[in-house]
Amino acid sequence: MRPAANNPLPVRCASSPLVRRILIGAALLFLTLFLLLPLAAVFAQALAKGWGAYLDAVRHPEALAAVRLSLQATVIAVGLNMVFGLMAAWAIARFSFRGKSLLITLIDLPLAVSPVVSGLIFVLLFGLHGWFGGWLDEHNFQILFAVPAVVIATVFVTFPFVARELIPFMQAQGSEEEEAALVLGASPWRTFYSVTLPNIRWSLLYGVILCSARAMGEFGAVSVVSGHIRGVTDTLPLEVEILYNEYNFTAAFAVASLLSLMAVVTLVVKKCIEDRAHIRGGQT
Amino acid sequence: MSIEVRNVRKQFGDFVAVNGVSLQVASGELVALLGPSGSGKTTLLRMIAGLEYPDSGSILLHNEDATNHNPARRRVGFVFQHYALFRHMTIFENVAFGLRVQPRESRLSRADIRDRVLHLLELVQLERLAKHYPNQLSGGQRQRVALARALAVQPKLLLLDEPFGALDAKVRKELRRWLRRLHDEINVASVFVTHDQEEALEVADRVAIMNEGRLEQVGTPQEVYDNPASAFVYNFLGNVNLFHGREDGDRTPVGQMKAAPARSTERGNGQARGYARPYEMIVSREPYDASAIRAELRHVYGVGPNVKLELQSCDSSTLLEAEISRGWFKQLDLKIGEFVYVAPRNLRVFSDDYSI
Repeated sequence: MRPAANNPLPVRCASSPLVRRILIGAALLFLTLFLLLPLAAVFAQALAKGWGAYLDAVRHPEALAAVRLSLQATVIAVGLNMVFGLMAAWAIARFSFRGKSLLITLIDLPLAVSPVVSGLIFVLLFGLHGWFGGWLDEHNFQILFAVPAVVIATVFVTFPFVARELIPFMQAQGSEEEEAALVLGASPWRTFYSVTLPNIRWSLLYGVILCSARAMGEFGAVSVVSGHIRGVTDTLPLEVEILYNEYNFTAAFAVASLLSLMAVVTLVVKKCIEDRAHIRGGQT
Repeated sequence: MSIEVRNVRKQFGDFVAVNGVSLQVASGELVALLGPSGSGKTTLLRMIAGLEYPDSGSILLHNEDATNHNPARRRVGFVFQHYALFRHMTIFENVAFGLRVQPRESRLSRADIRDRVLHLLELVQLERLAKHYPNQLSGGQRQRVALARALAVQPKLLLLDEPFGALDAKVRKELRRWLRRLHDEINVASVFVTHDQEEALEVADRVAIMNEGRLEQVGTPQEVYDNPASAFVYNFLGNVNLFHGREDGDRTPVGQMKAAPARSTERGNGQARGYARPYEMIVSREPYDASAIRAELRHVYGVGPNVKLELQSCDSSTLLEAEISRGWFKQLDLKIGEFVYVAPRNLRVFSDDYSI
């Protein structure tokens, strides 16, 4: 039976060229207004005073320090969250235990809580009058308003991305292949890297990419804990804000363009992985 | 004894999956674990493989206590219900996996692994698919790869979980004969789980029938079919007709019928049920004897040498099934809605503590 005979209206609507054009047009218009134009504006502003000014701004020691810190925080956050996320996803997908749904909710917490609040949590923990502040001060550990706090805040905010990506995937895959490997005599570690890891690698990579995109762009939580020491605890987004507040628009947009470029690269990598995972998906 | 399961019990939360089961499998024997879903047969199989650990009881493999050994140490071949082939590896790599993960000192050389894998693929008639991936294979082919992979490590025990469950009827029949031949060739002790009584009776040397976590009966196909230990076993091994009655000394009146009591372990409260297979029913136009029941013919079906009749008994309005030869059916010249007399040729009686 053809669905058209039974339910002509939606079928006609869906195939009507006019409706299709309007929908596609609206989506494109929205994307242009809210995404492409601002992105173009960023680059236009950054280059408003020519390439020389742009390169000066980008090569400024403070800008370079911000790039370094952003990358450093991203690499550490992605590395840690890959391990944590994998462990959490493994526990949730493979075992049944009391409090499992609570654990899933907790993993989502950083997504639900405003980044500024997340930052304040760390001020509360590590600040001079915070829970661990006194002890840290006595032992001369500087966490708050230093690089460690920037990294910790980034790790916290980006925690859900890997786990969230892996949990449904690992649940759908089940554990039969791992059991098969164990019965065949493989050690648990061998089972993990020859059976589990190859099966989840695309999901894991996808999670890692989302995680790094978020880590590079994180502003709120980092802003609260960083202390804005230029050249030391300023990440790229913070540097952009400072330059902008100083009415140094060309430099602000130049640094912003770096951040945008990193985002675009991430998107391209994500797209490539999706395509590749799709091809492999047909084969696996 | 290759496998000895001693009084094993396994509970998941409040659900008792396996409740005090003991079973022995000799080397060279092919045993079927038969039962409905939820009867604990897969759990028992997984405990033998080491994929689950019993709450109590012990499991001996080759006369050695293996209750707490991990799966790798037990060296069993296990074929999963959905094959569990490694989806990112070729067929060749799948079969080679068990050989490649052996500890270095006992591992074969690359060339020997290659020879063994190709030999196994030849055995399961899949050598030309060595470079393919699992998802490019049909269900029957995947099943054979799963078997080859399990056999690669030369296990002394082969455990199969619903090995033919996901295959269509024709492939199923072929594969189970093939499995029987393979089992005889390689001389292992095999246990396979199935819910298909026909499969169990056809392939296995012995059949272990499970129900609600307990072992109801173990015996050769002939034994369990001819001398079922319980109403459950009798029911599970084929279609049955049910008659209610009271147990009364040596003779059991069932409805208006009298029948000799069958061997039964479930004697008790006086209420009894009598069972007869459809082909044990006598169908006639005139009462065969005093026990015959008048019934209305409702439906006729079946192709081949036998005809199946669906009858409704006139006094209790229960449905009865009878299977008679096509010749006799023609001679009776029956039409739907006509009345006939049916009587069980052979009635088995079990006490009334089991309901279908």
